[in-house]
Amino acid sequence: MRQEYKKIWKNYAVGMAWLLGLLWPMLGIHPDGTLTFHRTLTVWLYIFAGSLICVLFYITKKSRILSGVTDPLVNGAGKLSDISKALPTSVWMVLLFVFLLVYPLVNGRYAIDVAISVLLYVCLGMGLNIVVGLAGMLDLGYIAFYGVGAYTYALLNVAYGLSFWLCLPLAGCFACIAGCLVGYPTLNMRGDYLAIVTMGFGEITRIVLNNWMSLTNGPNGILGIKPISILIPTFHNTMSFETFWVKKLNVLYYFVLILAVISVIAVTRLRNSRIGRAWESIREDETAAELMGVNTFRYKLLAYAVGAVFAGLAGAFFAARMRFVSPESFTFIESCMVLCMVVLGGMGSIPGIVLGVIVLIALPEVFRQFALYRMLVFGAAMIIIMLFKPDGLIPAKRLKIQAQYEKKGETDTNVS
Amino acid sequence: MDYFIQQLVNGLTLGGLYALIALGYTMVYGVIFLINFAHGEFFTAGGYIGVIALSYCIAHGYTQTHPFLCLAGAFSLAMIYSAYLAVGVEKIAYLPLRGSRLAVLLSALGMSIFLQNGMMLTQGVMDKAYPGELFEGGFSFGMVTISYLQIMIITMTVLLLFGLNRLVYKTKIGMAMRATAQDKTMSALVAIGSNNIISLTFAIGAGLAAAAGVMVGLYYGSVHYDMGFNLGMKAFCAAVLGGIGNITGAMLGGLIIGLVEVFGAGYISGQYKDVFAFIILIGVLYYRPTGIMGENIDETRV
Repeated sequence: MRQEYKKIWKNYAVGMAWLLGLLWPMLGIHPDGTLTFHRTLTVWLYIFAGSLICVLFYITKKSRILSGVTDPLVNGAGKLSDISKALPTSVWMVLLFVFLLVYPLVNGRYAIDVAISVLLYVCLGMGLNIVVGLAGMLDLGYIAFYGVGAYTYALLNVAYGLSFWLCLPLAGCFACIAGCLVGYPTLNMRGDYLAIVTMGFGEITRIVLNNWMSLTNGPNGILGIKPISILIPTFHNTMSFETFWVKKLNVLYYFVLILAVISVIAVTRLRNSRIGRAWESIREDETAAELMGVNTFRYKLLAYAVGAVFAGLAGAFFAARMRFVSPESFTFIESCMVLCMVVLGGMGSIPGIVLGVIVLIALPEVFRQFALYRMLVFGAAMIIIMLFKPDGLIPAKRLKIQAQYEKKGETDTNVS
Repeated sequence: MDYFIQQLVNGLTLGGLYALIALGYTMVYGVIFLINFAHGEFFTAGGYIGVIALSYCIAHGYTQTHPFLCLAGAFSLAMIYSAYLAVGVEKIAYLPLRGSRLAVLLSALGMSIFLQNGMMLTQGVMDKAYPGELFEGGFSFGMVTISYLQIMIITMTVLLLFGLNRLVYKTKIGMAMRATAQDKTMSALVAIGSNNIISLTFAIGAGLAAAAGVMVGLYYGSVHYDMGFNLGMKAFCAAVLGGIGNITGAMLGGLIIGLVEVFGAGYISGQYKDVFAFIILIGVLYYRPTGIMGENIDETRV
């Protein structure tokens, strides 16, 4: 035990010294030919103080010095979770649903805006979960389908004045076709080759959107997209319909909520169906799945298509909400973001993905007051979560079993 | 014809730079099967250290007296710094996660964001201009102009690639690297410390990227904190095109991507130059799913 702490402190000391060496050339050598140490040391001391607290916390937790204080807390938490388990799931579902319904009534504009983002990304995450989490194909160009959906609505609405509800299925359709187009040539590739080709397709889509001036107005984007409209019957003398434009955020929230709930339910149902099992078998072992009679080609293409449909629908909502689209919104880093949500939350696990989305959307919002340091903290948080929870925040159940199995296997042939 | 030769020279310059960056991706992938998203940041860090070192030299007037010494110093400092950074990154973010491929991929993405913003905070959001007066002029043959800078870049690239080839295929360290890439268990049994070899691989890859960073800075005249992202992505394409994990493939892939980009921009359309690189990549992978020189890897899953 003591040996272990010695090792932790030694690693920590080496790490901090290493950091000092990394910081100084960037901060201490000035273009006017002077060398300073003051600024480097200040920055370093801040980091040192912050990380020291973390390390001390980690050690006290590990050595159980404070077990007198922490044990009752842990027990309390355990009891709470027991109570929560005692109630049937339906009760929790109802509570959650009520919370989601009441949310826009008690919150301000800003909070609702963030919530709409979260819900849209939940929809995207669900779609990507089919491709990455269930079928096991790494897709780095997923945001392209989101872009296809958004541009479908934007172009059809601005050029032909088609209404949102007509464009929504069309957006899904076009995204689905795009998914098949990407999927078809890539299906005989595996692993990282697939990743790079999907990334290539994503980038091609973005560059085409950026440069096809006559159609998409290039980097300036498309302005003046109409919001969602609903027809409300009015009774003046005779019954007639009046168009109601959903401009208010809290009304839009409910529409996006419906979309997100539908996508969550759809993915849950798909996962437990024959198709979902086929996808999971492809993920676990493609050759074996094919031997068992799973038509891998068809199911992989289907995974792409279905995943793309969700992105297309979310894209149409995105265009209707922003009332402006530009290629800037569909960059590679966005694809990475969605992938991060899926993996960070726990691949294949639906509550995990929802939590992953909340963490990744809410974290930058929480750190907004730190302005410049926001993305720095974000990157660091991603690394730290992965270091402590490599299977994601809420791992999927089947993955959990597999992880245990792998760990067991490792102890037998542990080398490195 | 003159235009063609001019574009060929430009393409070779760019392709050599891509090849240098692509090597880092391919070497890391070869040993631990990780797409190292932070690699582009090692490249940017190299570029920044290069400009810092060169401006320091200029402020003290060393460039007037020993211009080549200053340049060599800038290159070696940049390479050492990036290698140092890469080893640190590997120990913190990749070593504890070895074994789960997606977790380490995410950690790499996080590291990329972290380093990019770290560089933005320390160096500012504006472009940093490289001193341009070190390499002025060039040869002209008719309409073709080859600047001294291009000659320097091509020579330097060839030297580095040659050195790397010697290192990997002719020395004991290279043999250990290849052994680790093939089978970690077996190489551990013959007393090769796989962790040290992996760190070394990171360091070499980052060093090459840093050299490319300094050269890109000199070539384009400035460095920017997020330039590693775009170039890194192209270089990664080059690595995959050549067959990821294969060193010769990465060199070949880099040259192809560079040439395709320059010729596409020169003869077809400048706006779509990135598209041509990706189309070539997708076309080649459609017919050869493991790249030009890649061996057949059967069991690669997410």
